[in-house]
Amino acid sequence: MSENSACIVQAIGLSKQVPSGGQSLAILRNVGFAVGAGEAVAIVGASGSGKTTLLGLLAGLDTPSSGRVLIQGADLFALDEDARAALRGRLVGFVFQSFQLLPALTALENVMLPMELVGARHARDAALSLLARVGLADRMHHYPKQLSGGEQQRVAIARAFAGNPALLLADEPTGNLDPETGESIADLMFQLNREQRTTLLLVTHDEALSQRCHRRLRLHGGVLLADERI
Amino acid sequence: MSLNGFPLAAKLLLRDWRSGELRVLAAALVIAVASMATVGFFADRVERGLTVEANRLLGADLVGVFDRPPPLSWSQEAHRLGLRTNATVRFPSMAVHGERSLLVDVKAVDPGYPLRGALLLAPAPGGAADVARGIPKPGTVWVEERLLPRLGIGVGDAVGLGEARLKVAGILVREPDSGTGLSFLGPRILLNAADLPATGLIQEGSRIQYRLLVAGPIGAVERFRDWASALLAAGQRIEDIREARPEIRGALERAERFLGLASLVAVALAGVALALAARRHLQRHLDACALLRCWGASQSRILGLFAQQFLLLGLVAGLLGVLLGLAGQQALGLLLRELIATDLPAPGPLPALQGMTMGLVLLLACVLPPLIALSKVSPLRVLRRELGFPGMGGVAAYGLAGACMAGLILWEAQDASVGGWVLGGMAGLLAAVSGLGWLFLRLTGRLAAEFPLPWRFGLANLRRRALGSVIQMAALALGIMALLLLTLVRGDLLASWKGTLPADAPNQFLVSIQADQLQPLRAFFAGNGLAAPVFHPMVRGRLVAINQRPVSSADYADDRAKRLVDREFNLSWSRQLQDDNRIVAGRWWKPEEADRRLLSLEEGIAQTLGIRMGDSLTYDLAGTRIELKVSNLRQVDWDSFRVNFFAMTPPGVLEGFPVSYVTSFHLSRAAAGVMDRLVRDFPNVLAIDVAATVARVQEIMDQVARAVEFVFLFTLLAGVAVLYAAVGATRDERVYEAAVLRTLGASARQLRAAQFAEFFAIGMFAGMLAAVGASVTAYVLSSQVFHLPFRFNPWLWVTGPLAGGAGVAAAGWLATRGGMRHPPLWAFRNAA
Ligand SMILES: Nc1ncnc2c1ncn2[C@@H]1O[C@H](COP(=O)(O)OP(=O)(O)OP(=O)(O)O)[C@@H](O)[C@H]1O
Ligand SMILES: [Mg+2]
Repeated sequence: MSENSACIVQAIGLSKQVPSGGQSLAILRNVGFAVGAGEAVAIVGASGSGKTTLLGLLAGLDTPSSGRVLIQGADLFALDEDARAALRGRLVGFVFQSFQLLPALTALENVMLPMELVGARHARDAALSLLARVGLADRMHHYPKQLSGGEQQRVAIARAFAGNPALLLADEPTGNLDPETGESIADLMFQLNREQRTTLLLVTHDEALSQRCHRRLRLHGGVLLADERI
Repeated sequence: MSLNGFPLAAKLLLRDWRSGELRVLAAALVIAVASMATVGFFADRVERGLTVEANRLLGADLVGVFDRPPPLSWSQEAHRLGLRTNATVRFPSMAVHGERSLLVDVKAVDPGYPLRGALLLAPAPGGAADVARGIPKPGTVWVEERLLPRLGIGVGDAVGLGEARLKVAGILVREPDSGTGLSFLGPRILLNAADLPATGLIQEGSRIQYRLLVAGPIGAVERFRDWASALLAAGQRIEDIREARPEIRGALERAERFLGLASLVAVALAGVALALAARRHLQRHLDACALLRCWGASQSRILGLFAQQFLLLGLVAGLLGVLLGLAGQQALGLLLRELIATDLPAPGPLPALQGMTMGLVLLLACVLPPLIALSKVSPLRVLRRELGFPGMGGVAAYGLAGACMAGLILWEAQDASVGGWVLGGMAGLLAAVSGLGWLFLRLTGRLAAEFPLPWRFGLANLRRRALGSVIQMAALALGIMALLLLTLVRGDLLASWKGTLPADAPNQFLVSIQADQLQPLRAFFAGNGLAAPVFHPMVRGRLVAINQRPVSSADYADDRAKRLVDREFNLSWSRQLQDDNRIVAGRWWKPEEADRRLLSLEEGIAQTLGIRMGDSLTYDLAGTRIELKVSNLRQVDWDSFRVNFFAMTPPGVLEGFPVSYVTSFHLSRAAAGVMDRLVRDFPNVLAIDVAATVARVQEIMDQVARAVEFVFLFTLLAGVAVLYAAVGATRDERVYEAAVLRTLGASARQLRAAQFAEFFAIGMFAGMLAAVGASVTAYVLSSQVFHLPFRFNPWLWVTGPLAGGAGVAAAGWLATRGGMRHPPLWAFRNAA
C-alpha cells in the first residue's frame, strides 16, 4: 500500500498493546488500510474486537504502540498533542458511543460550542439549521437531561457536522436508537457524504447501516480480517 | 438574548452559571471576599475609632509639650496643614481659702478646648453631669469635687490662686488630657487663659508645662508629626496616645491583634472552602475539557478559557463581596456607635481594593493546581469515561499556590510572628491530619469485619476514596478547629484579657509616704475596715554609668532613652518577685543573696538603654554612688495599674538611703470619703485617684471585646462555608453510588445508615484532631501572641468530637438528601 495523498486517512501497521497483569495485551495487531476522500466506510466486529480503540487512534486521541496514521498525508503521531488537536479541530468531526453532551449546556449551545471554539461567524444560525435537520428545532433550549437517549444522539450528530468536517468519525452512531430514528440519522450522514464529500468512518453493529457504506472493514481480536467492497 | 458579541469565556461562564454548577464556588468566593472586606473595613474603622477614643483621653490627636511657650512656627504649620490647635498651660500651685491651702494642678485653657473628647461638668457636688459648653468664663474656675471639702468651700465661693481670686462655677466630672502617669499633683483647677496674667504665677523659672493640642484629619496629623519630630529641641517633645498612656496602648495593641487574628482566620478558612469548591467545579468539567481537546483546543487555550472564566467570576464575586462587606461594616458600625465616633471619615477605598485583590489572589491560589491538571486531561476520555482526573497540577503549581496563600496570610497578619504561627499551625494540622487520617483508614480497614453492615459499607467507602477522604477530613478538621477557636477559645482569651484588669484593679495611688507613717497608715486602713495594701519602698537615683562608662542623654538617639537617662529612677527592693512580673532572662535572687549588689531590670528599659545581663550599672543615690550588677530581666505588665519598678535590688542593699513608700489599692466608689480623711490625716502623702482612667480602660476593653465578637461572626461564616464545601466535595459520587445501590435493591434506610456511619466517623475523627489543634493554638496564642495566662479548656475535648460527628453527619444528610430522595433514574440522568 503506497502513501497516497488522495487518501484522507491511512493506517500503516497500527498496533496497540496495553499492560495487563504484568503481561501485555494486544488490542490491535498490525492493522493497515486507506480511505479515500468522500468514501463511506463501516468498521464492524464483535464486542471487544478493538473498534473503538482503532477509531481513537485514527483521530489521534490515543497513541499506538507501533505504526502510523496519516491524515491527508500528515503523520499524526509525528505531531505533538496540541498540533494533533489543531488538526482535529480543522478536519475531524466526532459522534461518540456515549453521547458526550455537556449537561450544563442546552441543545443549541452544545451544537454551537465547537464552532464558537474556532471563532466561526454564524455559529448560532448554523447550529439552528443543523438542529432543524435532525428534527430538534423545537427542543433547542432543552438541556440534555430533558432529552431522550435518541434525541441526545441526534444533538450529538448535529454537533459533529457543525464544523463541516472533511472526516466524520462515528462510534455506534445509531446504537441506542430505534430502527426508524436510526434510519433517519443514517440518511442525514449519507446526505452529507454526498453533498459535501464528507468522508464517513462508522463503527457499527447495525447490518443495515453497514450495507449503505461503500466498504466494510472487519475486525476480529484486534486483527483486520477483511476489507470488502460492497 | 444573543451572546454573539461576547468572548467565548464569558459565554461559557454564563451558561455554566445558569445550570447552577458554579453557584457553590461563587458563594464561597463571595463569603471569602465579604469577610475579608468586612474585617478590612471594620478593622479599619474600629482601629481609627479606637484611636479617636484614645485621643479623647488626650484631648487631641497629638500634643506638643514645651517647657517654655511653644514657637509660633508650630501652630502656623499646623494651620497650614488644615489642623486645629489649642494651647494650654499647666503648673502646680497652691489654692488658698482662708486658713487652708492645698496643692493643686492648675490648667489654663483657650476657647475651643478640648479638641477631642469633652469636659463633663456638674453644677454642684453630686449633681447630674453634662457636656460642658465652652470653657470657664473669665473670673471663674471649674474644679474637681475633691478640692471642695479639703478647702472647706462650695460652689459659688472664691478661691485664691496666686494674686487672683476666682469664683468656683462648676464641678469637673471628667476631663480629657488629664495628664500622664504619676505626675498628678492634686485636684484640678481649670481656668480661662485670660485670667492667667492676673494670677502672676507665670514667672521665669516656675515649673510650667505648655501644651499645644493639635487635631484634624489623620493624614495631616501624620504629616505634622513628621514635620515636628524633625525639629524637636531640648525641652520639647511630642505626645500621642501611644506614648502617653501605656495602659491604653496595651489595650489598643491587643485589640488590633484580636481583629487581625479574626480576619486572618477568615482568609485561611475562605481559602480552604474555595479550594474545595474549585476542585469540585473543575472535576465536573473533565468531560467538557476532553471534548474541547477533541475539537482541537490546545492545552493553553483551555487553560486560558478557564482562567478567563475564573477571572470574570472573581471580579463579579469580588465586587459583590465588597458591597456585602460595606453593608456588613455599616451594620456593625450601627451596633457599635459608641465605639466608632460619628465624625469618622467614611470607610476608604483601600479595604475595597484590598478585598478585591485578595479575593483574586486567593482564587488563583485555589484554582491553579486543579486547573493545570484539568488542562492536561486526555482527549481519550471522550471514548473511555473511566479515565479520571489526571494527577494534580504538579509541584510548580502547588508551590505557586502555597506561596500565594502564605503571602496573603502574612499580609493580612501584618505581623510576621502571628502570620508565621497561623501558617505553621495550618500546615502542621494538615500534615498531622493527612498522616492520622491515613492511619485511621488503615485501622478501620482492619476492624471493619467487626462492624454491622451499614458501617462496614460506609467505612469501605471511606477507604475506597482514600485521597478524597483524607482531603475531606483535613478540611473538616480545619473548619471545626476554627469553630472551636471561635466559640470556646475566643471567650477564654477575652476573659483572660479582661482578667488582667479586674473590677477590683487598683484605682488609688499613695506616693511619698514616709517610713514612720507606715504604722499609722496601716492603722488607718484597719480603722476604716480596709485591708492594708503592700507598701513598696522607693529610693530615687540617677543612672550615671554603665560598666563604669559615664552615660548621658547625648549617647542616645532615641527620645525615650534620652528622657530615661535625664530622669531620676525609682529603685525599690523586694525579697520576692511580684506575682504579675515574669523573669525573661537570668533568675530572681535567693533568700541568702540578700545584701548582694544585684539588680533586676525591666526588659523594655534594658532594651531601650542597650543594657545586657551581667552589665554593671552605677546609680547616684542622693550623692552616694552604688554599683549594681544586672542579674535578671523582668517583664512587667504595665497595664495592670499596680505599682511596678524599672529597677529592683535584693533587700539590704538600699536600706541606708533616703526612702519613701508607695502603694496602690482598690477603693470602691462608696468609700470615696476615706481618701478625704486620709489626705487630711497624712497631709504630706500624695494621693492620686486613677479611678476614672481605670473605668475608661475597662470600658474600652468591653467595647473592643464586643467588636471582636462581631468580627469573629464573619470568621464563623467562613468556617461554616468550609464545612459545607467539604461535605459537598463528595456529593456527586455519593448521589450516583446511592442510585446504583438502590437499583441493586438496597433500601433507603440502609443507604442512610451507611452514609450516617461514614459522615459520623469522619466528623468525629476530624473533631478530635480539631480539639488537639485548637488546644495547641490556644496555648500558642495566649502565650506567644497575646501574652495572657493560658487557660486549658477541657470542653474542647468533649465538644470537638461530639459536635464534629453530629454536625458533619447532619450537614452530610442535608447535602445529599436531595439526591437520595429522587428515584435512581433521576440520579443517573443527572450524573452525566
Ligand atoms: N486501556 C485499556 N486497558 C485494558 N484493556 C483495554 C484498554 N482499552 C481497551 N481494552 C480492551 O481492548 C479490547 C477492545 O476494546 P474496544 O473498546 O476497542 O472494543 P470495541 O470493539 O469497541 O467493543 P464494543 O463493541 O463493545 O464497543 C477490549 O477487550 C477492552 O477491554
Ligand atoms: Mg466500542
